[in-house]
Amino acid sequence: MSDITIRVQAVRRDHLQRKLLVFGVLAGLLIVAAFFSSSLCPYDPYEQNLAIAKAAPSAEHWLGTDRYGRDMFSRVIAGSYTSIFSTLLLVGFISVFGSLVGILCAWSGRWIDTMVMRVSDMFLAFPGLVFALAVAAVLGGGVQNAIVALAAISWPKYARLARSQTLAQQERPYMQAAKMAGCGTLRMIRRHLVPNIAGPILVTAMLDIGTMMMELAGLSFLGLGAKPPIPEWGSMMSDTRNLLATQPWVTLAPGFAIFFSVMIFNLLGDTVRDWLDPKNRR
Amino acid sequence: MDYALKRFLQLIPILLGITFLSFLLMYMAGSDAVTELYTNRGIEVAQEVIDARRAELGLDRPFFEQYVHWLWALLHGDMGVSYVTGEAVFAAFLSKLPATLLLTLLSVVLTVVISIPCGIAAAVHRDKGMDLLLRFGSFIGNAMPNFFVAMLLMQFLGIQLGVLPVISSGMDVKSAVMPTLTLAIAMSAKYLRQVRGTVLDELNKEYVQGAMARGISDRVILWKNVMKASMLTIMTLLALSIGSLLGGTAIIESIFMWDGVGKLAVDAINMRDYPVIQMYVMWMAIIYVMINLMTDLLYHRLDPRIRMGGSRR
Repeated sequence: MSDITIRVQAVRRDHLQRKLLVFGVLAGLLIVAAFFSSSLCPYDPYEQNLAIAKAAPSAEHWLGTDRYGRDMFSRVIAGSYTSIFSTLLLVGFISVFGSLVGILCAWSGRWIDTMVMRVSDMFLAFPGLVFALAVAAVLGGGVQNAIVALAAISWPKYARLARSQTLAQQERPYMQAAKMAGCGTLRMIRRHLVPNIAGPILVTAMLDIGTMMMELAGLSFLGLGAKPPIPEWGSMMSDTRNLLATQPWVTLAPGFAIFFSVMIFNLLGDTVRDWLDPKNRR
Repeated sequence: MDYALKRFLQLIPILLGITFLSFLLMYMAGSDAVTELYTNRGIEVAQEVIDARRAELGLDRPFFEQYVHWLWALLHGDMGVSYVTGEAVFAAFLSKLPATLLLTLLSVVLTVVISIPCGIAAAVHRDKGMDLLLRFGSFIGNAMPNFFVAMLLMQFLGIQLGVLPVISSGMDVKSAVMPTLTLAIAMSAKYLRQVRGTVLDELNKEYVQGAMARGISDRVILWKNVMKASMLTIMTLLALSIGSLLGGTAIIESIFMWDGVGKLAVDAINMRDYPVIQMYVMWMAIIYVMINLMTDLLYHRLDPRIRMGGSRR
């Protein structure tokens, strides 16, 4: 019986390992491509040429051109830079900042904990994008401001997660042992606490990449993110939305770009979650 | 009853927090609200005029005084006027609210109709063709931003097939189909997974094995025991997901020109009409908090384990 269980787990783990590799490489490729996007574009994504405006897809212009005659394929590629890096920056920031706040709360307890948690309650009382919309509106658009707006609404999730994880770990004997062995606070957090709470936070962050990418694109769609002519997937869609009836490929191409990127990051996130799941440990 | 009272009292600081954050937002923008007012009308005015107008609106007083003053007015039903139209913002908000609530309700109903049967089917046929297909569908739905879904629906149902109007022409059935479908697709994709997970958890419990060993038919176990036990969690998750729906309506309403509060807010954002934005943010949060409270009270009422004073789970 136990032999079979171990065997099943080994097979599952090998399978997971392969999936992790494939999706990791795909996501890596996407990030590298986004980084070098400016040299990957066949045409200048900003160059207007009204003579070929609203062209259908052809051998020269794979996705056709928009109403200013800009090559859509180049614009979609160039858009990956803004969309992907602003998302990664946002998720990186909120996961690190939120977790630090959560650890601080759990560690110091008392009034700091109460106060910060009440503040996070306040933020959590606002539904979804509603607060981000308002923050972005007040700050007045632009990619940075959209990032700030989404960061403002999403850090409490990480603070709560890190706090509850830290509280759970503090009860464990190994933490007590480290304390008795004369370990300092900072060293204890760095060497003992962080490695043990990093898993769930990492999984949450990985799964958040897709969501955040869609929300950033949503803000841009409403004109509260990247401003035209900067190529960004969300703003490109709203910018070209009256071409939907006549040149649907122009409007839908950036949408498919968001869809595929989100899908790759979601697949990677799901796999990392299964990978870190204790049920699949050998 | 005691519990309900306690929850209502706990609501007070949350509501204060909501008003505070809504006011803070407005305050951050407030410094140039008067200037915006004049630039919107294309008039250039002297600094004295601006200062006088600011004093008139009370924008020159210290932050906390302004907040208390604003909150006091709020409690007396005075929620300010729009910078653009000069109308009372609360009246404008109220007049648009039914459209949004209707859209939300329709989407929730459609989500329930799609995802609860599908989620149960996926859990029962775990890892078989049906489950894989439904999970694939939910995965695709999860990776699509709602405005992209809206565009695809417009393209296929509105333009190619021509069966539905691309832009809504009021609150009629045909206009409601596409926005409802858009919101329900995104929500069902997320919710289907949660229903599946909840039912699976319940199916793996020992009492199910016990019932099976006693020869009770699968159908009876599924519908009489498992569903009864999972329904509470499923309903709670549904209520919690209404939050993302309330936020999502803003984009969808403005795409389909559905005349609700979401479109009102997006239009206000484009015109920097801060009082309207403030009203939208504050009331959406209040509605959301109220829905959560009602869910919690209902949960408390229906689950004997909690009602009798035991702990959750």
